[in-house]
Amino acid sequence: MDAILLQILNGLDKGSAYALIALGLTLIFGTLGVVNFAHGALFMIGAFCAVTLQRILNLSFELVDETQKDFLGNPLKVKTPYVEAWFGPDIGGSIIDWAVPLAILFAIPIMIGVGYVMERGLIKHFYKRPHADQILVTFGLAIVLQEVVKYFYGANPIQTPAPDALNGVVNLGAAIGMDIVYPVWRVVYFFFAVLIIGGIFSFLQFTTFGMVVRAGMADRETVGLLGINIDRRFTIMFGIAAAVAGLAGVMYTPINSPNYHMGMDFLVLSFVVVVVGGMGSLPGAVLAGFLLGVLESFASMNEVKSLLPGIDQIIIYVVAIIILLTRPRGLMGRKGVMEE
Amino acid sequence: MSNFNASRRRVLKTGAIAGAGVALPTIFTASSAAAFTNEPTGGTVTLGFNVPQTGPYADEGADELRAYELAVEHLNGGGDGGMMNTFSSKALQGNGILGKKVEYVTGDTQTKSDAARASAKSMIEKDGAVMITGGSSSGVAIAVQGLCQEAGVIFMAGLTHSNDTTGKDKKANGFRHFFNGYMSGAALAPVLKNLYGTDRVAYHLTADYTWGWTQEESIAAATEALGWQTVNKVRTPLAATDFSSYIAPVLNSGADVLVLNHYGGNMVNSLTNAVQFGLREKVVNGKNFEIVVPLYSRLMAKGAGENVKGIHGSTNWHWTLQDEGSMAFVKSFGTKYGFPPSQAAHTCYVQTLLYADAVERAGSFNPCAVAESLEGFEFDGMGNGPTLYRAEDHQCFKDVLVVRGKENPTSEFDLLEVVEVTPRAQVEYAPDHPMFAGGNLGACNPGA
Repeated sequence: MDAILLQILNGLDKGSAYALIALGLTLIFGTLGVVNFAHGALFMIGAFCAVTLQRILNLSFELVDETQKDFLGNPLKVKTPYVEAWFGPDIGGSIIDWAVPLAILFAIPIMIGVGYVMERGLIKHFYKRPHADQILVTFGLAIVLQEVVKYFYGANPIQTPAPDALNGVVNLGAAIGMDIVYPVWRVVYFFFAVLIIGGIFSFLQFTTFGMVVRAGMADRETVGLLGINIDRRFTIMFGIAAAVAGLAGVMYTPINSPNYHMGMDFLVLSFVVVVVGGMGSLPGAVLAGFLLGVLESFASMNEVKSLLPGIDQIIIYVVAIIILLTRPRGLMGRKGVMEE
Repeated sequence: MSNFNASRRRVLKTGAIAGAGVALPTIFTASSAAAFTNEPTGGTVTLGFNVPQTGPYADEGADELRAYELAVEHLNGGGDGGMMNTFSSKALQGNGILGKKVEYVTGDTQTKSDAARASAKSMIEKDGAVMITGGSSSGVAIAVQGLCQEAGVIFMAGLTHSNDTTGKDKKANGFRHFFNGYMSGAALAPVLKNLYGTDRVAYHLTADYTWGWTQEESIAAATEALGWQTVNKVRTPLAATDFSSYIAPVLNSGADVLVLNHYGGNMVNSLTNAVQFGLREKVVNGKNFEIVVPLYSRLMAKGAGENVKGIHGSTNWHWTLQDEGSMAFVKSFGTKYGFPPSQAAHTCYVQTLLYADAVERAGSFNPCAVAESLEGFEFDGMGNGPTLYRAEDHQCFKDVLVVRGKENPTSEFDLLEVVEVTPRAQVEYAPDHPMFAGGNLGACNPGA
């Protein structure tokens, strides 16, 4: 029983990342009609915002310590972060320790800016082109972005730890007399994802801006005829979608050390999530994200693998095939979307 | 109609003259340009460095390339000579190889077998490389080794740890300096016994490809020989990034040791996930839960950060070794690049010098002469103590290091500390050992 509950938690946690990325993909597809294969790269850029802030906070000056030697036998250059020199070792150390949560504030404007530049600079030229062209150009962009990141940060994973206070484990089953030990940061990640998803839905549901965007998603032409500049709002939505992917990346860095390829690792899965959820359906993307995350976790259990060897590698695609055969528009897909 | 009057004597005489005529050019051209693939004819010789320049092991590939460039510099008489000064063989004079200046071309393996074969093929056919070396993956090493065998050039493997490279997939034209999975098990087992005792239950997570399989087999055999039980061996996809769903079952498996047969990004992520799930704080069967990473890489350990502290594994070489050869290499490499070399850099540098030395001693670039020169070659001064290139399988036998993640590192390079230098005798095995069975070295192919 403990093992099953643990896998459900793991699934929800994986599903959180899938849902956040798929949510952004669906927002872009629903508003701009663009199939954005560079969305995984936005997740990766978000993660590298955390890496960058960590490096900024660790910027140091060097003092030569004659009593210590480096690996070549020369006097050792001891590094002291400026932050620690300015605020003292305790406060400075705490600021560095909290680099990942602080990176949320750092990443939001950067990601909105990246999204804005990407949309205005490249993607807007492909609105009226076939989806195949959009896929090619955005996939090419994703490759360029990851190579740029690799050039500056290298190919190896870079450790970006959670704050000490949020490291370690918590027993989630203590209240019901069970032993369900789970990493604190993964619990934080899940609730963070729920918060962001809730925020996006509230924004679209309860604000005038959101109402206009929803109207534009339903009938762009009519909204335009009412004198509303829907394109500008859609551009802002692209920025918001980029920020959602970026924040998902920032918070993911303590779970797995970021590397330049992490966006591609999530991209294909996220597209499957969008298709299973139903093209253009925001609730469908979230539901499918969590569903596929949980199923993927169960497929990794030894009992399941012993019955169906290798199932953990293909479960998501098997489920996608079954759902698309039985519900061709996906779980919550709307009629007419990508059916012209 | 013409008459043809042939006597027996005349036929024999004509046949003898014709036979000598046919045979004569062959005798005279036995050492001519067509004798073997890419025989160097001018004042230079070209070596092919096939390393991952893109893909997940690009940083390791970059370090390999630095080592190769340093080796070429030393072979051509530049720099301080590095390990050429400590190498027990004194055939290398710093005037290239056989008096020919060493040049090189590079290829990108991308850590993909097909890309690695294509780049090696290009270096052999277009650039005239007489030897191919490099790589950071056993799958790639085995693929390129097969290609070099067919093409008739020597392959000096880079970082490859699968038993199969010099086991079932060994080739007469291929040579490996790096250690292997069996040696990791043989070196680690006594250390694990001293640290954790003989009554342990192990759980293996294994990367699902040739290297992972052979390491899992090797480590399980070595630990079971101590009296440990193996409760489960779980294969994980090479493309996996989040190992949480593979780690969670470990918690309730009754295991008190987790063996991570992972390398590179897999190792960084699985180790990080295992530590996140609190495995290191767990007490199972009345004992502290332990994690073992049988193959350590300093470059990769950096990605796992503090999670490597106190975790044991094995490595081919480490820059903190205090023998003359290691210190000379660290000095050369560190002065040129500003940081210490990795184990991948070390094995690639050594392989280049070993090849050049073998050519000098053979007096020829002919791959069969070079192979003969390397087979059974005993040497020292290259950082691992007295070493043998065994003739039967072309595997180097030397000391193996057991290392531990350092608790209090003094610099970003100071991540591992050497716990024990396991003597060569302890990691040796018979050429027909079952873990290496099934292959055939075959005959050397000079190509052309």
